[in-house]
Amino acid sequence: MGMATESQFHVLAVDDSLIDRKLIEKLLKISSFQVTTVDSGTKALEFLGLHEHDQSKPSTLTISPNNHQEVEVNLIITDYCMPGMTGYDLLKKIKESSSLRNIPVVIMSSENVPSRISRCLEEGAEEFFLKPVRLADVNRLRPHMMKTKLKDPIQEKLEKHEDIDDETEKPELQSQEQQEQQQHQQQQQQPQQQQQQSQQQQLSSSNKRKTLEEGLSPDRTRPRYNGIATVV
Amino acid sequence: MDRNHLKRQVDLMKRSLFDQGYLDEQFIQLEELQDDDNPNFVEEIVTLFFNDSARLLQNIEQALVSVPIDFARLDNYMHQFKGSSSSIGAKRVKNECTRFKEYCTAGNAEGCFRTFVQVKQEHAILRTKLETYFQAYISFMCVFVLVIFALTYICLLFCLYLFSWQDKLDHLGLQEVKLDDYMDEGGSLIIDLYYKYDKAHMIE
Repeated sequence: MGMATESQFHVLAVDDSLIDRKLIEKLLKISSFQVTTVDSGTKALEFLGLHEHDQSKPSTLTISPNNHQEVEVNLIITDYCMPGMTGYDLLKKIKESSSLRNIPVVIMSSENVPSRISRCLEEGAEEFFLKPVRLADVNRLRPHMMKTKLKDPIQEKLEKHEDIDDETEKPELQSQEQQEQQQHQQQQQQPQQQQQQSQQQQLSSSNKRKTLEEGLSPDRTRPRYNGIATVV
Repeated sequence: MDRNHLKRQVDLMKRSLFDQGYLDEQFIQLEELQDDDNPNFVEEIVTLFFNDSARLLQNIEQALVSVPIDFARLDNYMHQFKGSSSSIGAKRVKNECTRFKEYCTAGNAEGCFRTFVQVKQEHAILRTKLETYFQAYISFMCVFVLVIFALTYICLLFCLYLFSWQDKLDHLGLQEVKLDDYMDEGGSLIIDLYYKYDKAHMIE
């Protein structure tokens, strides 16, 4: 098979069901993504280059020096109900890891349980798909992956911008600080609003297909920039 | 034409599967994923389902006859089975699974037994129907492909025939000056006709 081109996104799919693995693999391939499938959360973490560091501190994870930087994963899509490590556990582990935290994670489940959905979203999942997953759902993945690809150059730019800020005169500094504070407050409010919006949408929507985009897309650009600006 | 008859049969079979509730929209989603890279995707995934589900059904059966019944384990197996059925669009099977899960959650062993019989029955019926469907579909595709090949072959032969005529006519053209030798009363008329008609219409 040919090597992945720079423009092709790599998705890691995690599901214990053989049928669902085959299906999601086909859906992703048809959408021109490079796909790797694994059948458990532990195998997913292995693939991502994470290993349990210490038995006494199970939350501490180190990166295997051999695997790091060789495998670039742009998105992880995982089933919720899996034996051993559930999709939620996998999500938590990924978000706890400093190296993998930025990879967007999507959860799939055959059961429409609002509390489960909101819990996953709160933990940092980008989307929650109801099974069986369709092509329309997979089409919604691309923006999340592009967001990650864009993030790094923007982060560098903003860090440079902050350095320049430090050198400017005080009054200008103060006004910029005020702006940043306001943006920081807004950024804190926006995720809460987004969560509330998404929860309301979930519970009130008769359509079982989750639609976050309506609530998020206008606000997306703001948090993306501000989220990085506040991370110093 | 035999091909049309087969196609109609295939379409009717598919329609009947949907009308009678054996399949739902997910099956159509699978068909839409079929492309040149994977022309048998639907059949492959359905075959995978029936192989995989046979194993699950066995597990469920064993769990049902064990004493005492572990309802949590039963629910887990049935959850997997229901998920797979849903993924291929097996509507009736999925519905029976839902009923089973309700009895399972309630801890109703007898209800589970009864529903499981239904589950197995729907599973078997769907298997037979889909096997028949895919056989007809494959027959149709084979005939379709054969017909395409035959038509291509005939076109090729026709082209060759035309080219051979071309040669003959070119040959004739070199002998134009000698045509007078062959002319009879209708000879000049024949020459006129020759230049007017398309070569393909020339009759020897």
